[in-house]
Amino acid sequence: MKLYMKYFSMHIQSQMQYKTSFFFAFLGQFMVAFGTFLSIQFMFNRIEGVAGFSYEEVLICVAVLGMAFSASEWIGRGFDRFPSLLGNGGFDRVLVRPRNEIFQVLASQVDFSRLGRFIQSVAVLAYALPRSGVDWTWDKVLTLSLMLVCGTLLFCGLYVVYAGISFFTLEGLEILNALTHGGREHGRLPFGVYGEGVLKFLTYVVPLALVQYYPLLYLVGREESVTYALTPAVALLFLLPCYALFRFGLRHYKSTGS
Amino acid sequence: MNAYKAIFRIQFTNSLQYRAAALAGLGTQFVWGFMYVLAFRAFYASNPAAFPMTFEQTVSYIWIQQAFLALYALWAYDYGIFDSIESGQISYELARPLNLYNRWFTQAVSNRMARALLRCAPILLVAFVLPAPFRLVLPADAVQLGIFFVSLLLATGVTAGIVMLVYVSAFSTLNAGGTRMVLSSAGEFLAGGYIPVPFFPEGLRRVVELSPFGAMQNTPLLIYSGYLTDSALVQALALQVFWLAALVLAGRLLMKRALGRVIVQGG
Repeated sequence: MKLYMKYFSMHIQSQMQYKTSFFFAFLGQFMVAFGTFLSIQFMFNRIEGVAGFSYEEVLICVAVLGMAFSASEWIGRGFDRFPSLLGNGGFDRVLVRPRNEIFQVLASQVDFSRLGRFIQSVAVLAYALPRSGVDWTWDKVLTLSLMLVCGTLLFCGLYVVYAGISFFTLEGLEILNALTHGGREHGRLPFGVYGEGVLKFLTYVVPLALVQYYPLLYLVGREESVTYALTPAVALLFLLPCYALFRFGLRHYKSTGS
Repeated sequence: MNAYKAIFRIQFTNSLQYRAAALAGLGTQFVWGFMYVLAFRAFYASNPAAFPMTFEQTVSYIWIQQAFLALYALWAYDYGIFDSIESGQISYELARPLNLYNRWFTQAVSNRMARALLRCAPILLVAFVLPAPFRLVLPADAVQLGIFFVSLLLATGVTAGIVMLVYVSAFSTLNAGGTRMVLSSAGEFLAGGYIPVPFFPEGLRRVVELSPFGAMQNTPLLIYSGYLTDSALVQALALQVFWLAALVLAGRLLMKRALGRVIVQGG
């Protein structure tokens, strides 16, 4: 942990060397997230709610997935860039160091411009929370925190899958972007809205709905059972196959030799 | 003119080589389109009368948008051009007896066309055979389809014109990343990449329709879906021609100025 903090501050310092480009990258991130927010806003100018969810409740979705996604990109960027680490032979250096590989990959990149999206999402959350009509008792606060933490870890898990697969393909598999970027972009609406099939896929295969739709039902009081509040924790089971895939890929690692 | 034809051919066949990449991108685009369609279905279910376009029109908009995405995507750049400006390679380009603006413009348009050509067929094919409410429908008559293709070409030109301005700006900042970032995020939204422009609030919609952002994907997609007709259609096409001419003119002037001041660093 201490070592990670050292890497962390190192990355801050290096990124602050290029202040203008950092600022624009930050601004760009902010604007992309703002576009998502505006499109929701414009749609709700015309209607009251979608599938029984009010504007504020949908905004909670926008904010939670926005925060989870940007947090995962912020700290998990190393896995997102993993194919290039494999391609340029940098991973060989990782292997000879006496530290855990996952830790090293994780520490190799920390992208602070992702905070642009994060801050935008926090602002949306701050707007939606008091207006959503949710009675913020401690169990609901706990549910919301679980959504955020487990959501971040789930996105990180998807990056690990991406990295694990790139052991075999040597380049990223773009279709996985449909799950990470797509999860964030389309998660601005509660996943139940997309219909039975999509919801089932996002419950049992890639459990994004477990950190968004089910706990949201509990938050807004549509479901009383505590099971719904704890679904984000169940989603963490997804990390086991992710980790296994990465280990499996690692055993089959062949250096590119460069 | 022959030289530009050759550049077009080279770039076009070059881009056609990346078939695997196109195939990988296809899956993502298909998921994207389908999720958008499903989201709009939910919105229309709560009140179908609340929206300016019918559900069928919106569905056509989304599928055509995904099929020809490469033509008007504001995030697609030729990074080789930025590299050549930053590294000084540009001096070789300047030594060639070709107008640099025309050369890059041709390059941008041909890349976009090749990429779109690779991707459009599978998406269109699937979108045409989907079950009823999600299906892409053909426009009412062949004339409308013809005007759509003309407008699509103009939209590609306008997009390339905007992208050229970003390349030219790289001469003066040496770091076009910023312009690029802000343009591709804000521009994509204003052009109707998130939700169609008719869904915008009245005031913003009017401004966007007159701006170059309204002359990109917005116009051909609305023509295809049958939202733009009669005088509105003529006006939109005229605006496309106007912006194409204005952007190319501005780009040429700015490039001339930038090239007059260009300092190649190092040898």
